[in-house]
Amino acid sequence: MKYEHDNGAISVEALNMTMKFGAFTALDEVSISIPAGSFHALLGENGAGKSTLVKCMMGFYHATDGELLVAGKQARMTDPKVAQTLGLGMVYQHFTLVPSLTAAENLVISRTDTPALIDWRRERTALDAFMAKMPFSVPLDQPVSRLAAGEKQKLEILKQLYLGNRFLILDEPTSVLTPSEADEVLGHVRALTRAGEITVLMITHKFREVSAFADDVSILRRGKYVGGGAVADLSIDEMSRAMMGEAPVVSERTRKGTQGQPLMTLHGLRTADRTGLKDIQIDDVTLHSGEILGIAGISGNGQMELMEILTGQRRIRSGTITVNGTAYGATRAEARAHAIRYLPEEPLRNACAPRMSVAENLAFRMFDIGKDGTHVFWKDNRAIAGNATTLIDAFKVKTSSPAAPIASLSGGNVQRAVLGRELTGDVKALIVSNPCFGLDFAAVSAIRDRLIEARNQGTAILLISEDLDEIMELSDRILVMSEGRIAFETPIATADVAQIGQHMAGHG
Amino acid sequence: MEPVDIGLWGVPLAILGGAIRVSTPFIFVSLGECLTERSGRINLGLEGTLVFGAMSGYAVAYETGNPFIGVLAAALAGACFGLLHGWICKFKGVNDIAVGIAMMLFGMGLAFFFGKPYIQPQAPDLPAISFGFWSDIPQVQAALQVNVLFIAGGILAVAMAWMFRSTRVGLTVRVVGDSTDAARAMGLNPDRVRLLSTAAGGALAGIGGAYLSLYYPGSWTEGISSGQGLMAIALVIFARWNPINCFWAALLFGGAGALGPALQSVGVSEGYYLFFAAPYVLTLVLLIMTSSPDRALQGAPLELSLTK
Repeated sequence: MKYEHDNGAISVEALNMTMKFGAFTALDEVSISIPAGSFHALLGENGAGKSTLVKCMMGFYHATDGELLVAGKQARMTDPKVAQTLGLGMVYQHFTLVPSLTAAENLVISRTDTPALIDWRRERTALDAFMAKMPFSVPLDQPVSRLAAGEKQKLEILKQLYLGNRFLILDEPTSVLTPSEADEVLGHVRALTRAGEITVLMITHKFREVSAFADDVSILRRGKYVGGGAVADLSIDEMSRAMMGEAPVVSERTRKGTQGQPLMTLHGLRTADRTGLKDIQIDDVTLHSGEILGIAGISGNGQMELMEILTGQRRIRSGTITVNGTAYGATRAEARAHAIRYLPEEPLRNACAPRMSVAENLAFRMFDIGKDGTHVFWKDNRAIAGNATTLIDAFKVKTSSPAAPIASLSGGNVQRAVLGRELTGDVKALIVSNPCFGLDFAAVSAIRDRLIEARNQGTAILLISEDLDEIMELSDRILVMSEGRIAFETPIATADVAQIGQHMAGHG
Repeated sequence: MEPVDIGLWGVPLAILGGAIRVSTPFIFVSLGECLTERSGRINLGLEGTLVFGAMSGYAVAYETGNPFIGVLAAALAGACFGLLHGWICKFKGVNDIAVGIAMMLFGMGLAFFFGKPYIQPQAPDLPAISFGFWSDIPQVQAALQVNVLFIAGGILAVAMAWMFRSTRVGLTVRVVGDSTDAARAMGLNPDRVRLLSTAAGGALAGIGGAYLSLYYPGSWTEGISSGQGLMAIALVIFARWNPINCFWAALLFGGAGALGPALQSVGVSEGYYLFFAAPYVLTLVLLIMTSSPDRALQGAPLELSLTK
């Protein structure tokens, strides 16, 4: 095996890595070896032990047992600083750039030998010289908060190279990128590995990226090494079976023909976005009953603001929202009268009272109305308990008891509980934002089944999602949001991922 | 010299002189708070630090006969208060705002306790530099009597802005204030950076206090502060965490504070107390006008509990 490449790349081997948290074994005798200058993919479901493995390699965790060899020599990873001195660097899933600092400031301050007084003229010359050698560049003088997600991801990778790291761990580097941005970034990374400048270990769950870019793959399931080898020798089917265990049951979601009556119309909406610098402009959008209208877009292109407008959290400067022909301002009374419900993203934070019980959280839509539909003063504990039992059963919410705080539930169960609450009764419209973000395969499948089921019963669903696969799978009609506007519209029958991706990136 | 009658010109002139006089403590406290907040922590205790700085500065100046040693002592006392605040806030689950309020009351109480013997004696004042020598009009000369601390404050504002841009220390403070995670990933210790920033901020607030007792009004009394330490916090928000803006905002507040006395000097006596409320009204009006329900605060350090 190649330990060191002439251009700087180094090899890393993990031998029988074991990590125990109390009685729980997160990582069970996992061995992988990554030769210098190779592009290695680490596949696995949520909770398979991928993060634990790389955190052990980087010294954030102290492995219970096992060895790590860096460039063929044994290394004791006692501290993340040790990893840094050995040339190991990690690009995290969530950006670790400092938002208000410019790209140049971020690069210079991340160095260990930043001088006490920074001579910006000299640093800029050095940075420009460094950038000239790189296959891609980013604007250096912009605050990082103004960069697009793809540029931030590139800057994260550039930062590791700038620091002189020769073994990079990329943690789901494409989760916030469009397909074309992802291809571009990964293409550059692969070119760097081919040239022997760096060795890369990429955590992912996208098979497409593994087969298109990686040389080798290792697959983990429940903390164990369950398969791997050269990507060329493995089919996607084999990889998926190793990753999921037995092949997952893909439910056959059938779409019934529905009668699409116009339900909600947005007309000429204008408002400031959350920075107050740009405008959100939604000219003409109509949501019909019995359809799923998908809104695709890269995060930060106005979807969050659109959700806030629809939930009444953001004032509009001009324009109208009408539901069934009457003006709609998203007050609780109006939402109730028109049976419009919401499932915001991160429901634990945005649609729950985390420390209140599951039963109480499930009662948010019904606790203040009596059997005859009028407001009541006293709360009816029996009705609340009955409502909780029904929903917990119907939506298969796993909780120790209805009295447990909802914050103690796993992400998938919180999502199911809130979806259950929002879908009780005769729901005319459901407005959903990123419903499956961060959920595992089974939970994702269950949530999507529920959405299709609601659609088949005639509910109008507005699905705002950053996951293009999800949009493609669920929608009847797709809108693309870019720079605060609806940039593109297409029915699902003629939808083309490449074309949608271009509009997402703003090149329509 | 006999006062020359210069009519209504007296008002802007008195406001200018007053602005320079009144704004100095605002400059120091707001620069101190600016530094602390840029590191991601808010210190509401600066009012207490200011009062204690006024007392200790006055006491030491009286005992040693040198006002500059008094200022130094006030800075030292302020740094101790900052260190205490920063040290308490290091513990898990401690809220910096609650600690700040406790520290404010603690500082004031301690100052009143130790300050009793110094209410009567007269300590030496800080010197001022006359920039009005070119004029024969005594009002102009009075207005252009600029105290040394005001000049130091102006230089400090520029120095701090430069520090945030071009020194490792400045960038480190900004990193810690913007993202604790990024700071940890870089191997910085956010608690230590915040501790030192709070201490430095406290030292500046102490100097602001020493100015009150050693220059204007120039003696130690228990009612020496009229909330400068608290208003400086609003001022930092208005200045959007920028040291240069802090300086100008402090000058604006000082001018508003000088409005009452200036009008009084030309014989306007009606609504006199209302004009004394001008800085407070200005604080409210500016904070309302510069805020918006539709967009996030620009320039706010992201780790600040105030803006989270």
